[in-house]
Amino acid sequence: MAAVRTTGERTLNRVAIASVLIVTLIFLAPIYWIVSTSFKPRNLSTTIPPTVVFTPEISPFVKLFTKRSQLRSAPTPEEYEAAPWWERLVFDGGEKVVRSGRGEVQLSGYPSRFINSLIVAITSTVLAVGMGTFTAYGFSRFKVKGEGDLLFFILSTRMLPPVVVAIPMFLMYRAVGLNDTHWGLIILYTAFNLSFSVWLMKGFIDEIPKEYEEAALVDGYTRMQAFFKVVLPEAATGIAATAVFCFITAWNEYAFALIMTNRRAQTAPPFIPSQVGSGLPDWTVIASGTFLFLLPVAIFTFLLRNHLLRGMSFGAIRK
Amino acid sequence: MTQIELRGVQKWFGSVQVIKDLNLVIEDNEFIVLLGQSGCGKTTTLRAVAGLETIDEGDILIDGQTVQHLKAAARDIAMVFQSFSLYPHMSVYENIAFPLRATRMNRAELDSQVREIANVLRIGDLLDRKPSALSGGDMQRVAIGRALVRQPKAMLMDEPIGALDAKLREEMRAEIKRLHLKQGSTTIYVTHDQIEAMSLADRIVIMHEGVLQQVGTPNEVYSRPQNLFVAQFVGSPVMNIAAAKVAQDKDAATVTVEGAPQGFPFPAELLGKLNGSAGKALSLGIRPEGVLVEHEAGDGFVPAEAHIIEPLGSYDIVDLQFGDQMLRARTRSGFVEKAGSRVYARIDPAQAHFFDTASGQSLGVRL
Repeated sequence: MAAVRTTGERTLNRVAIASVLIVTLIFLAPIYWIVSTSFKPRNLSTTIPPTVVFTPEISPFVKLFTKRSQLRSAPTPEEYEAAPWWERLVFDGGEKVVRSGRGEVQLSGYPSRFINSLIVAITSTVLAVGMGTFTAYGFSRFKVKGEGDLLFFILSTRMLPPVVVAIPMFLMYRAVGLNDTHWGLIILYTAFNLSFSVWLMKGFIDEIPKEYEEAALVDGYTRMQAFFKVVLPEAATGIAATAVFCFITAWNEYAFALIMTNRRAQTAPPFIPSQVGSGLPDWTVIASGTFLFLLPVAIFTFLLRNHLLRGMSFGAIRK
Repeated sequence: MTQIELRGVQKWFGSVQVIKDLNLVIEDNEFIVLLGQSGCGKTTTLRAVAGLETIDEGDILIDGQTVQHLKAAARDIAMVFQSFSLYPHMSVYENIAFPLRATRMNRAELDSQVREIANVLRIGDLLDRKPSALSGGDMQRVAIGRALVRQPKAMLMDEPIGALDAKLREEMRAEIKRLHLKQGSTTIYVTHDQIEAMSLADRIVIMHEGVLQQVGTPNEVYSRPQNLFVAQFVGSPVMNIAAAKVAQDKDAATVTVEGAPQGFPFPAELLGKLNGSAGKALSLGIRPEGVLVEHEAGDGFVPAEAHIIEPLGSYDIVDLQFGDQMLRARTRSGFVEKAGSRVYARIDPAQAHFFDTASGQSLGVRL
């Protein structure tokens, strides 16, 4: 910074930095809580006051991925000796890992729920952003009869809380057999995100001068080629920003996932709290499931962070 | 060989007619400049030739073939935009190669053509850069390179140097001229800057409110403007226009501009040449260099008061007050020393233009 600063401004600057730090800490606190709980021994997870210093354990993750049942009696020393290290962690917690008749370890419901979440969120994001980009391009570049009304109609699909239509949707889905299917959720989430995606992408595409495509048209390309070769690379920032928001919405959706799915297509959000069920709630397992669930969004956002930052300030600076 | 012809072209935007019955033939290798104020229809005309805009009536012909139904890509025409429109995500090399990639040219040939055109434009050392790292002039060179690289039938340029600063504009003007002389392709160039038009054009097409006003060489439109609009639009400083009365005075003619106490002497033949326009209201048009100024009274000189002096370096523009009428004169620099001085002025009959005030048309009288 080459700007000249007075002493007063410098003090003000320090106060500003300090406030930003405090706010950041407040925002990070719940995340720290989740991450730390997911590494705590079970008996420390609900202490008052909260335990801050502890020896981290991996046992919550072992429990998260395995199917367990309560031990009726302590394992025999032979059993304990024969068990691999991770199974001993479960024994230590007063539970045992459920095995099939042939001795194979039974997985908990978590991994398949997690994969379901990935399938549903990624597919619906690709569909919503893809269709949204095409639609936005059409609205941005061509004269569409009743453009304003149509755009308003598209936005109006977001003017009511989606969960209001949950019961009719449930009945319809049951009638057409979309209940508890991946496609059922993908269609729902795509529909939720589409209006948002159209509006956001229209803003970004409006900012791309139409001379770029016109130059490509004159240079011997078709409009479709011009769209893919010129408009899409220019819209990358907008697409990244839109994709992050759509992905987060689909990834975190809880209500419809809870109502529409129960086994085959169930996503992680309704599953994670359902583990409270058996015996006393094991908060460490819930925290570890939540922690792993946070990672994809964090990674996705991290990878696209440059685009996101550019996306947020897009159009604010006159080129 | 590329000839472009516009026949009875009409174009409406909603209820506004932006091109009114435009007829124009552009010959092979000709450099045509469409000149006019913004909103006169010149850019729309250019875009219609490029295929970026449809026309409502008439024909556009390229080498005798009607093309108004063809897509832009099928017309084999290149265009340079005012905004340059270089693709920001591509390097200079890729930008220039972009039109060639559409033709599926083989790699080696493409590379040699890109490098050749880059050398012609003196941007050979910038090929790896991104457009955002270029100066305005280099950006425009790249844009021109992208247009020229595939040797199109015709080049269209829409105010290609309008976004540059004055010094760079002059430089690029010379460069465009050099390129045209070297590469020689049929070119349509749109501008609102009459200096650009005068210096570049083989022929200038002046448009106003969608109507073609005059087509001619720079010299023709400057020295023989067909109407008041052209007379005032071309030339800087602007031509003086004043309502005038012509009278006979013994064996000579006198032209008195409105508000002036005394008339300017003209040769008697003016009366004969104006015969057909008897009774019409006339306007006299005279460029500042046609108003001759002296310090001493002389034969045919009319007294005037110097009002404002604008020194422009190589010459001055002096506002002369004749009664209530003001005429601007061009003098040697420093000739009139201070405002308020009394001078004597005469009008050079050879440089005078006469217009029918009602229709604005030139009466075609030359002395």
